[in-house]
Amino acid sequence: MTKPVQVLDRVIIRFAGDSGDGMQLTGDRFTSETAAFGNDLSTLPDFPAEIRAPAGSLPGVSGFQLHFADHDILTPGDAPNVLVAMNPAALKVNLRDLPKGGSLIVNTDAFTSRNLEKAGYTADPLHDGSLTDYQVHAIPLTTLTLEALKDVEISKKEAERAKNMFALGLMSWLYSRPIEGTVAFLEKKFAARPVLAKANVAAFKAGYHFGETTEAFSVSYEIKPAKLPPGTYRRISGNLALSYGLLAASRLSGLPLFLGAYPITPASDILHEMSKHKNFGARTFQAEDEIAAVGAALGASFGGSLAVCTSSGPGIALKAETMGLAVALELPLMVVDIQRGGPSTGLPTKTEQSDLLQVMFGRNGEAPIPVLAAATPADCFHTAIEAARIALTYRTPVVVLTDGYLANGSEPWRIPSLDELDEIPVEFATEPNHEDEYWPYLRDPETLARPWALPGTPGLEHRIGGLEKADGTGNISYDPENHDKMVHLRAAKVAGIARDLPPLQVDDQEGARLLVLGWGSTYGPIGAAVRQVRARGGKVAQAHLRHLNPFPPNTGEVLSRYDRVLVPEMNMGQLRKLLRAEFLVDVAGYNRVRGLPFKADELAAAIEPHLEELGDGEDDGAGLTALTEGANHR
Amino acid sequence: MSVTNGNGNGAVKAAERPTGAAMKLTAKDFKSDQEVRWCPGCGDYAILSAVQGFMPSLGIPRERIVFISGIGCSSRFPYYMNTYGMHSIHGRAPAIASGLSVSRPDLSVWVITGDGDALSIGGNHLIHALRRNVNLKILLFNNQIYGLTKGQYSPTSELGKITKSTPMGSVDYPFNPVSVALGAEASFVARSIDSDRRHLTEVLTAAANHKGSAFIEIYQNCNIFNDGAFDLLKEPDSRDDNQIRLRHGEPIRFGAAGGRGVRLTGEGRAELVDVAEVGEDALLRHDAHRQDPSLAFMLSRLSHGADGPTPIGVFRDVERPVYDELLAGQLERATAKQGEGDLDKLLHSGDTWELT
Repeated sequence: MTKPVQVLDRVIIRFAGDSGDGMQLTGDRFTSETAAFGNDLSTLPDFPAEIRAPAGSLPGVSGFQLHFADHDILTPGDAPNVLVAMNPAALKVNLRDLPKGGSLIVNTDAFTSRNLEKAGYTADPLHDGSLTDYQVHAIPLTTLTLEALKDVEISKKEAERAKNMFALGLMSWLYSRPIEGTVAFLEKKFAARPVLAKANVAAFKAGYHFGETTEAFSVSYEIKPAKLPPGTYRRISGNLALSYGLLAASRLSGLPLFLGAYPITPASDILHEMSKHKNFGARTFQAEDEIAAVGAALGASFGGSLAVCTSSGPGIALKAETMGLAVALELPLMVVDIQRGGPSTGLPTKTEQSDLLQVMFGRNGEAPIPVLAAATPADCFHTAIEAARIALTYRTPVVVLTDGYLANGSEPWRIPSLDELDEIPVEFATEPNHEDEYWPYLRDPETLARPWALPGTPGLEHRIGGLEKADGTGNISYDPENHDKMVHLRAAKVAGIARDLPPLQVDDQEGARLLVLGWGSTYGPIGAAVRQVRARGGKVAQAHLRHLNPFPPNTGEVLSRYDRVLVPEMNMGQLRKLLRAEFLVDVAGYNRVRGLPFKADELAAAIEPHLEELGDGEDDGAGLTALTEGANHR
Repeated sequence: MSVTNGNGNGAVKAAERPTGAAMKLTAKDFKSDQEVRWCPGCGDYAILSAVQGFMPSLGIPRERIVFISGIGCSSRFPYYMNTYGMHSIHGRAPAIASGLSVSRPDLSVWVITGDGDALSIGGNHLIHALRRNVNLKILLFNNQIYGLTKGQYSPTSELGKITKSTPMGSVDYPFNPVSVALGAEASFVARSIDSDRRHLTEVLTAAANHKGSAFIEIYQNCNIFNDGAFDLLKEPDSRDDNQIRLRHGEPIRFGAAGGRGVRLTGEGRAELVDVAEVGEDALLRHDAHRQDPSLAFMLSRLSHGADGPTPIGVFRDVERPVYDELLAGQLERATAKQGEGDLDKLLHSGDTWELT
């Protein structure tokens, strides 16, 4: 008995349950199956800051959203088409995001009076008629899992814990996912306890077969593979891509990698990842605090390492003085800020773009530092390499900004071949550069970078420090003219990097008078919103900045080309402020700080009024049939 | 022994040149061309001179020696040494030096710090560097005052001290730096005095020979803001009665003709005794190599800031695995086990798929 298969172009699924229900693992496996199948995809894990908030409580709900399609997509999707809710709390927290008519799969076993009470329900939503607008599939997932595992010799508690695999199996059937990868994964994961491997595989397969046989689902769905550029692909998260980018930069520069870090969400995974790659010569140093982490990195830089420290906003605040020292010492140093919600401890597991001004200006004195931001999870790889190139070429600290969304979100990545990556040439000083003396601040006339003489090089012994130095000799100098000159030289060095940057590319549209300009992780939502607006006939140009200090050399010219510039940011308008200050352009903003990435619908709606004011609004609806992301059309 | 190289440079080759010339170095070779700018009469001059005089005995070429300091009067020190050096920021020298030492095990890395720098703003870095046993030689110039900021009390100033920020006397109980270092699991802990060049040289030599972190508290006179703080240990008429010179393997005796000594009490405390009263056999025999730090700690409690008879010398000198070597060992083992890192293979790890 084969059920009918309906073909869809894209689906957004959200798995939600208690922190202890294994939703991240479930989402992750479904993503791997989907990647293996060849769909384009984008994911958004959303988990609480507490490791284990009380079971069944609202703060304890953990979610994982996956958007996959037969075409290229840019975001994890605005609203789910399907919500899997493993308990009442998960339903309560997530139902508001599910559009009317959406599919809802709930584990009825978890809808006990106690769990309902913990979630704040006074009546059981499965029976009080409040879900009539949705396609509800009420399934006793726990009971079915226990039934499937009755012959496997594990405790009832362990058997119950396999219910997420039952749910995964069911969803895998529903969306025609291949299952071999998950079976192999489970066997490997539980290799130490084969009985658990057996139980999880059995639960997974039972879920799959349940889908086939139950009458609850009359059809299954198929989403054809996406047409992406040819190549070898893998799925990659931002933190992993960044880690690989650092290792690649180490190889490309020929310098050993040194990572100083102190555990902090959402950056710790980079420390974990890098600590696995000691065979790449990568040294990781878990320091006693954020200050020591950057200090140790700076010390390693003095010794000739490619020095990196990774952190998030609160940690960056503590590193400010040392970053200023790196500016004075003019040594290469990479500081990676995985931004999260602030101020203070803020929202550790949520995303935000509110550290731009901190990394630009959060230091005493005139202390310019180049700043770069990654646009997508995979882009973290290339941004890390580009940051290393700037740091090493210009002998300067560099900040790389990503955020919680990029760090934990993932997308397919066409793996570059190593020949696609340019070497990063680094030359150390080996000989005196001023008659028979070595002057540590005698600059390269082109880049204004100072020479880098490593301890261990005979004859070049020298001292550097945080006190102002005389131009050239590097000796301590309190001379007013010299200080003025050094301040200007340091500024000119960083500003001069612009000459070395690719121009800002604009995805223009004939007749567009509005430019939507973004930076960082808003790339996906802005792109999806622009597609929507264009599909409705709106004329809009889009550009995205990777380099935030200095800006690409043509930035001012690009801004001047449009009647209006709109900068959506997950902050109060930090890039907008910089653009206004730098280019005297009256940039408009769209600013929300909800701890979540923008939705495409939301941004499209924010763009429309600008078009209307400019008289460039929708025309007669040409292009309405084109694919628009974010609009629900299932 | 060498740093991995950048593309096309000769730094490593240079670093590995024969070092015969280094053996013929003199104190003069370690003097930089910078004018020394401490106040006339400052104890720092004597320490600088002792260090410059002792450096040639290390047999290490100048280019392999690095001095890293924080902020404070003492932290100007690196500018005056003709080695590699960094004058960093307040309190952070142990952290910066740790990164350098860990990534460059071929270097001899020295930290110069003061009582405010190491024990106040940088306390955290000091204790963690000592705990890890990073291969650093840390010289703490203790003058019991903030000199560079012109005379506020420091974390080693005595209780009740009148300073610019404590006109009614300090109510801050001071640290005993040797006790702090011992409590922080330091594997080498010593104390010396700026003006006693011979003793200081002995202690510096022992520290240099030690593998791992070495901590030396050096009593240093600030003749401007805290003059005479250590006179009890320095003046001819009082020093014999107040310097308890610790020598490994010997009974601890001091005073004119060794008439006084140290013995353990029943309740786990060291006390000062008259040798004539208790007999020579009752004296504590100093054992710097004892793994357990309790005895060294007891000795450190005999005084609290040179306020009476005060032990100087090496309190503790034990072997413990060195952080730098442990980490380097992990890199070697990982490479032996997994092979040299293969970037292409790493990028292709995990589930991949082909699109044509």
